[in-house]
Parts: sequence; C-alpha cells; structure tokens
Amino acid sequence: MAERINVLKTYKIFIGGKFPRTESGRFYQLNNRSKAIANVCLSSRKDLRNAVVAARGAFEKWSSATAYNRSQILYRMAEMMEGRKDQFISELVFQGVDKNKAAEEVDLSIDRVIYFAGWADKINQVFGSVNPVASSHFNFSLMEPMGVVGLVAPERPGLLGLLSSLCPILVSGNCAVVLASEKLPLCSITLAEVLATSDVPAGVVNILTGKKEEIIVHLSKHMDVNAIYLTDNLEYKKLVQEEAIQNLKRIVVGNQKSWHDESVENPYIITEFMETKTTWHPVEIISGSGAGY
Amino acid sequence: MKKDIKPLKFSGKWDFDPAPESVDHINLKEQYGLFINGKFEDPQSGNYFPSTNPATEEHLSMIAEAGEKDVNNAVTAARKAYEGPWSRMSAKERGKYIFRIARLIQEKSRELAVIETLDGGKPIRESRDVDIPITAAHFFYYAGWTDKLKYAFPNRNPKPVGVAGQVIPWNFPLMMAAWKIAPALATGNTVVLKPAETTSLTALKLAEIIQEADLPKGVVNIITGAGSTGAGIVNHPDIDKIAFTGSTGVGKIIMKAIAGSNKKSTMELGGKAANIIFEDAPLDQAVEGVINGIYFNQGHVCCAGSRLFVQESVYDIVLRKLKDRIQSLILGNPLDKNTDIGAINSKEQLGTINKYLKIGQQEGAEMFQLDCSLPKKGFWCPPTLFTNVSQSHVIAKEEIFGPVLAIQTFRTIDEVITKANNTPFGLSAGVWTDKGSKIFNLTSQMRAGVVWANTYNKFDPTSPFGGYKESGHGREGGLHGLTPYLNF
Repeated sequence: MAERINVLKTYKIFIGGKFPRTESGRFYQLNNRSKAIANVCLSSRKDLRNAVVAARGAFEKWSSATAYNRSQILYRMAEMMEGRKDQFISELVFQGVDKNKAAEEVDLSIDRVIYFAGWADKINQVFGSVNPVASSHFNFSLMEPMGVVGLVAPERPGLLGLLSSLCPILVSGNCAVVLASEKLPLCSITLAEVLATSDVPAGVVNILTGKKEEIIVHLSKHMDVNAIYLTDNLEYKKLVQEEAIQNLKRIVVGNQKSWHDESVENPYIITEFMETKTTWHPVEIISGSGAGY
Repeated sequence: MKKDIKPLKFSGKWDFDPAPESVDHINLKEQYGLFINGKFEDPQSGNYFPSTNPATEEHLSMIAEAGEKDVNNAVTAARKAYEGPWSRMSAKERGKYIFRIARLIQEKSRELAVIETLDGGKPIRESRDVDIPITAAHFFYYAGWTDKLKYAFPNRNPKPVGVAGQVIPWNFPLMMAAWKIAPALATGNTVVLKPAETTSLTALKLAEIIQEADLPKGVVNIITGAGSTGAGIVNHPDIDKIAFTGSTGVGKIIMKAIAGSNKKSTMELGGKAANIIFEDAPLDQAVEGVINGIYFNQGHVCCAGSRLFVQESVYDIVLRKLKDRIQSLILGNPLDKNTDIGAINSKEQLGTINKYLKIGQQEGAEMFQLDCSLPKKGFWCPPTLFTNVSQSHVIAKEEIFGPVLAIQTFRTIDEVITKANNTPFGLSAGVWTDKGSKIFNLTSQMRAGVVWANTYNKFDPTSPFGGYKESGHGREGGLHGLTPYLNF
C-alpha cells in the first residue's frame, strides 16, 4: 500500500474572524534546521489597517459584554486548547522546540488562560474604589478597557508568550491587533482557530504574521489604536514611543524576564490596559431640603 | 440726607455695593529668588521677570528665571535629598512633615487666597472657597498615605521612583502644586517643581511654608521661569519622572522629548468636555451647572464643560434661562467678594480667546455675551455663548480655555453619545437628567476620565482625576494617584 500523502496546512492571517491571506500576496519562508516548513504571510500596512477596523468594530460589543460572559469565553478558549494540545505540541516541535518543553509550554499556556479568565469579574472589585469626598456627593472610580490595543507579541516562547500577553488585554474588554512572533509564528495562527471556535466575537482578536520591522511603525502611528504592548523587541521602544505621540497612545513596555515565571500571573498587567473613570453624583442633604426627621 | 436714598427699582438688576477683600495682611517681597536646597537663591543667569496683576496690570513682584545651571542645581539638590534623609526617614515621620505643610496652608489660607487672586485674576470667592481649601486637603489626604502604601497595592512592594520633575499651569497655581507635590512626597520621592511664569507667587509662598515646616533641604525645590526652564527639567538626565499639567500640544512635545528614555510620566492635558441636558433634567439646576461648568475660573479649566448639548424639546427654554443667568453674572474686580467673573489670566490668553470669538462668528455661529462694561485696565472677556454651532466648527473642536460655550442640540441618546465622544479629548463630561438608569447609561458610555452627573466641576483629593485619549494619561488624586509615583 502506498504511503499516504500528508495534507499540509496553509498558514493564513486572522482578521475580523476570517482567515484571509495577506492582501499583499507576499510570504516569508519559515525554516527548521534549514528545511522549509511553512510559507508564512508577510502582512502589509493595509492588512494592519483592516485589522484595526475589525478591532474597533468589535470593541463596543466585547467591552459591553458582562464580565461573567467574557470570563466564560476565555475559559472556553482554554477548553478548546485542551482538545488541541497535541496539535500545539507537534507544532512547537515542528518549529524546533524540544518535545518535553513543548508539552510543558502548552500545559502552562492553557492554565494561564484560565488564570486570566477568572479576573474578568474581579478586577473592578479589587481596583475600583468608592471615594469619600468631603462634600455631599457619591463618588466612585471604576476601571474601563482602553479600546484597541496593539500587541507586539514576544518572539518566544511562541504560544505561552502570546497567551500570557494577550489574555490581560482581552479580559477587561479590549480588542487586540497582534503582531505575531516572527520566528515562531505557527502557534499564533493555530490559536486563531481556537479563538474562532470559542465564542470570541469576530474582530476581538486579529493576528498578523510578518516582519515586525515593517509593520510596527504603522501600528505605532495608527490614529485608531489606543495602546501598544511592546512585550520584547525593545529595540523598537523609542520608535514606538515617538510615533505614538500623534494620538498619545499608552505604551506599555514589557520587562518580563521569563514568561514561564509565576510573576506573569498578576492582575496589575490587566490594569495597564484600562482607564480609570470617576463618577460623581450629588446626595440630597435631608436637612438642606427642609424635610428633617 | 433722605434725598440720597435711591428709590428701589424692581424692573432690573440691583447693583451690589463693593465688598473687596483686604490686601493689608499679605506679605509679598519685591523680588523672589529660586527655592533650591532649602533656601532662596539668586538665579545664575541674573535674570528676573515681572509678575503682574491681570485685573489691573499693576506690577506685583520680580521673579527669578531659572537657567540650565539652576535647573541642574535643583535636580542635584533633589537627588541628594532623595538619597539622603528623605528615603532613609521612616514613612511615619515623612507623613508628619506633609501634615505640617497642610496645617500651615490652612493657617495662611486667607493670605494665599488673596495672593492667588492678585496674581492670577480669579475671583476671591473661588480662591478662598475652592483653590486654597483643596490645596490644604490634598496635602492632608496624602500625608496619611505615607505609612499605608502596602495596603494600597496588595501583593506588591512599592518603591519611590526618585526625583520627580513637575511642570504646572496657571489656572489653579497653588492647587496644581499640591496635586503634584503631595502624592510625590507621600510616596517618598523628591521634587523639582516649576510653576507657570504668569502665576509663580503662591508657589513661592508655598516654598516659604515648606521652609517653615522644616522639611529637609532639597526635598522640594521650586524654580521659576518660562517654557525653556520647563524644557530644562524635562530633558535633565537625572529626572526619573515627569508630571505635567498643561496643553495637549506641549504634552506631546514632552512625550517626544522623553521617548526612548526610562522616564515615567503623567500627563494632565486639554479637554473639550460635553455637558448634556436631557428634557427630563431639573432645568434650573442644570443651567446653574452649565454656568459653573464653563464660566468657573473664566473657563480656564481643562475639564470645563465647553460643549453643551441640549435635547431639542427643551432647547428654547434652556437657552432663555442660560441667557438670563449670564446677564446676572458680575464681572469685575476679582478681589470683590461678589464677583463671579474675574480677569483673563494674561494678555496672551485674552488674544487666544478673542481669536476664537472671531473664528466662531466667521464660521456662522451666533454669539451672545454678558452685556456689561469692561474695566479699562486689565484683560477681560465677558461670558460668551455660541448658538447655531455644528460638530465641525472650530469652536466645537478646539480647546479655547476661556469663558466660551458652544451649544448644540440632539434628539436621541445614541446621537448625543456619538457627538459627545466624537473628539480626540476625553477628560470629563457632564449629564443632567432625573432618570437614574439614563445617568448610568450615559456615564458608562462617555469616553472620559471624570463624569459628573447632575453636578459639575467638583474636585476632591480622594477622587481620581485624569483623562482618556489625548487628554493625557495617569491619574491624580485618590489611591489611583499614588501609582504614578511608585515603581513595583
């Protein structure tokens, strides 16, 4: 019997819940030990713009979903990943990661998603406040998502780095435009397949592969992006900060030494992508209104 | 003698007798040096510039202009104080110094209020009842945080940032100094602060208070000057954190200057707030709130409610009430306790405002102003409103920073939310309605950092303040106001 011919996967990008090829038609070849393993989309500025439009369009729905709902959707992501564990592991191995390390990374990645999923309906209980102003007003501060966040994903680890930086952005209701790892991009596209089947609304996460050097300047300049998380690639820090000035994007510069480290699991990183809103309302003064007891 | 008594008229406005606050008990020097390392010293440049009263154009005092060397001396003193006594002192003792400053401000509140009004042109009623009490309260509030920081940030170990460079505007001179200095000291930092060049005096009086409080030398340095002095602070390599309040334009220049460096920043920048009146609002209260929202401090307020949106069904009545209320405002001597509208802070700012009044009319909007005679000397602009305004008008888009209101109408909630959020700014917003569910719908949909419902322009040290989008980043006030001055 003849050996079966494998069906190879075409790695495409993820915009607005769909899997298009880059509009530019360009690609770059990914190698493992000088063997070509995939042709990866070389996304263009136009792809980035389309991704931002999709993200902005999804923001109202995602940010106004209940925290409980967002929590469940992130948890659903973890469930979907659990079912695809073998695929993620073999994909990491395919890209040159040691098999045991790959298995460990996938387990940890799934647990990370669950960790952040749990924060959705707790963040405002921990970081919101009722402020005892010295006048007759009820005054409280709550955290709100910023809007569209550009994520310059860590180069490695390919899956764990991406999820550890993406989940804190998503959980509060932001939408993301991700520039995937250049060296280890394959898991990010497979993650898109997870997102597409986890009830994450289309456009909430958009993933572009390609050369960061080419796209990062356009991401930094884009007037409809509210914040950028530069997780590594710190050589771009000055460029990003300068180009972001046009609309005063918030720039969060990562300082995570290891994405395996337990310190990644903290809620403060979630608040980096949130704004504090303070609301005032008068309280009637009983004696002032003449009612009295 | 009876002949002198005028018959009472019930057909028009009654004039108040003058009720000026006395200036006898204030103490101003002819000339102020730079407050560096605990003492006042002459600027290396030898340059001084005058501070004048914008209501009378009378000379008040000469102010030193800090040059590059002076900035460096101030930063060096702040660094030394940070590494020396201030970071070694127990948090509790640090707090006691800040409490002292709060108390001294309260003790000298009347003098500070009068000087604030003389130097900046704001009505004494506002400097006496708003600026100075909030200044003292801010120090008092943050003083209490010094030894409690670990409760503010669970599971973290907060550390001071180091030396903070702080540049503040001329609209609330002493209050802005408090908003900057109090949280910085409470978190263990040292400070180099520059007040705006037109309103340096109360900051220099604060320097005297800090001397009197015996704060270790160099912990707070107050240096005066214009934009180049501010740039000197921003660009100094030994500054760890920049705190700036001012225009979005200057904020962007600062962000550019510190891009790529490790300097942290908070930016409290411009605004173009929407104040929204629904048909079910208590209209008299709403009108009063709109007046306070835009004419408080001559509209020199970054969170001023400069765009008014009125639901069409009540537009006519709201407009009539607004115009009536404007005609009852008293413009004149800022020291008079009955004055509602004081002087514009500077000749330059008056020029900016007048430019916008012209543009507004050229674009086809209809202008209405308080009918009053303006004082012969000083810088004055009567409270102004524009009707027949659309979203694309310059006066509805750009921050004017003066007593100028642009009025538009709306029919539906969705329409007004879209219009209100259609701006690169996001500092504040106001909403007026008697329906609770509508309030929460609106307040949650406004992309702005501070939202006032059925009130406006309220401030408190416990209440975080700061903007979304191009109105800046970071918060001042409250627990949230500690974060920008700490590393974790």
